Amino acid sequence: MCLTLSQVTKRYGNHTVLDAVGFDVRAGERVALLGHNGAGKSTLMKIILGLIPADLGSVSVLGAAPGSQTARTGTAYLPENAAFHPALTGQEQLCHYLRLRGASTSQAMPLLERVGLETAARRRIGTYSKGMRQRVGLAQALIGTPRLLVLDEPTSGLDPVSRREFYTILDELAAQGTAILLSSHALTEVEARTDRIVILSSGVMVANDTLANLRRRASLPIRLQISAQNGKADEVARKLSAGRRNGVMVDLVCRSDEKLARLGDISALGSLVDDVDIIPPSLEDIYSHFSKGGGA
Amino acid sequence: MNRILASARTEFFIALRNRWITIAVAMMVLFSLVLSAAGSAPTGALGVDKLSVTVASLTSLAVYLVPLVALLMSFDAIAGEIERGTLSLVLTYPVSRAALILGKFTAHLAILAIAVAAGYGIAAIAAMAADPDAIRGVPALLRLFWTSILLGATFIGIGYGLSAFARRPGAAAGLVIGLWLVLIVLYDLGLLAAIVADDGGKFTTDYFPWLLLGNPADAFRIYNLAVSDATAAATGLTGAANSIPPVLALISILVWPIVATTIAWLTFRKVTP
Repeated sequence: MCLTLSQVTKRYGNHTVLDAVGFDVRAGERVALLGHNGAGKSTLMKIILGLIPADLGSVSVLGAAPGSQTARTGTAYLPENAAFHPALTGQEQLCHYLRLRGASTSQAMPLLERVGLETAARRRIGTYSKGMRQRVGLAQALIGTPRLLVLDEPTSGLDPVSRREFYTILDELAAQGTAILLSSHALTEVEARTDRIVILSSGVMVANDTLANLRRRASLPIRLQISAQNGKADEVARKLSAGRRNGVMVDLVCRSDEKLARLGDISALGSLVDDVDIIPPSLEDIYSHFSKGGGA
Repeated sequence: MNRILASARTEFFIALRNRWITIAVAMMVLFSLVLSAAGSAPTGALGVDKLSVTVASLTSLAVYLVPLVALLMSFDAIAGEIERGTLSLVLTYPVSRAALILGKFTAHLAILAIAVAAGYGIAAIAAMAADPDAIRGVPALLRLFWTSILLGATFIGIGYGLSAFARRPGAAAGLVIGLWLVLIVLYDLGLLAAIVADDGGKFTTDYFPWLLLGNPADAFRIYNLAVSDATAAATGLTGAANSIPPVLALISILVWPIVATTIAWLTFRKVTP
């Protein structure tokens, strides 16, 4: 086990930022930590990194205490909005991080190439875009193939192409056995890229499961969107006892076990109906279901 | 050790890019040249070579300038990293806080040494060009050099402490300027006022010498002027402090850098990014 959290609690005065949070991340596993702003994601990461202590509970990073030499040697971190000294070039900054890790500075260019920064390596970081700074941040996190990678909203500021490249690199690391914990506030972004999802809501862990299981557990209603014949929307809505959306569309919401029966009702209307679309609950629906406490 | 050097190297690079090295060297050279020019008039003091006179003038200059340069370089060291958001990342690296701060300290002290060497070097060349006897003042100049470095080390350490305490560069800048005014300018004026009010009483005899030794800048001045040949050039408070044994001033000069860097480390240890 690369990371084990148990009953982790953090309070600032009377405000409980984290309330008995506990989960594991195994080697090679990619876990997404989701939550609104202020849900406690960054605080939890800082505790894992040993930057701040937890008030209660226990944390084990690579079998050692957070912030210990073992934990820090094997852990890499990418902070939210990675920042660097603007006067240094990307290459100089990376050489600095390599030296701090006791690694050879000859790795600087290969690492910068890996994140697609080879052409900008000799320019000052002050001239970089936010996405480029984020890539420098990723490059430093890749030094020496860490055993645990902690990424705080790593893809904010990246364009869709860069995001895809970013996740490809993460997949390679996970395949080599790196445990990855990354935070995000968009479930859509992490859906296909992570093995498990942990959702924090106001410091409470409300979900810790695979996306498929979360979808099942949420059992959110399905929406049926019916296009009625011109001018017949009212009639269709009345016959199905549903709400009309506009001149031609009728919205129907049902549980997943009612779906077939409702489709039967719709097809019985015959020529009144032009078309039917079945809209399953979106990832955002599932996320808000859990983050509002629906899974607790 | 390698990690201290890594941190020092990067810090030196940054100072070079940010023109801090240029500014510090230019300041020291400019002021030294002005002093040399001002001191080129006949001194009237018999048996005193030109360089020794220059050293006396440089001492008065260094008391103001060395702490100022040291504080200006150091106030941003920790507060700036907190503000930029670079500290939280570097603290997750397998490097101790002591190593990080020692790295910065090494770089800043090296820059100060370069600036001081350039300034004093120019003044020394000017003095030697005008007076062949000036070679006799070289030991005094060397003593001024290494005590200046120790004085700078003290104020770099204090600057780090204030930087970590303030956590914001703006607040840190205000604190270091305030500290400079109090320790370098107002402190002596306050002591002088107290002596005048005391009129040779218990304060003047018992407390005043210790208060003078407790201030690193005053200790620096006392030591350099007391052991140099040009005590005639000593003015103000130092004249009044002639009775203080130079060895006590030397101890103060040696102890202060250790105290200051320890304070810096203790304050930095408490910083949570």
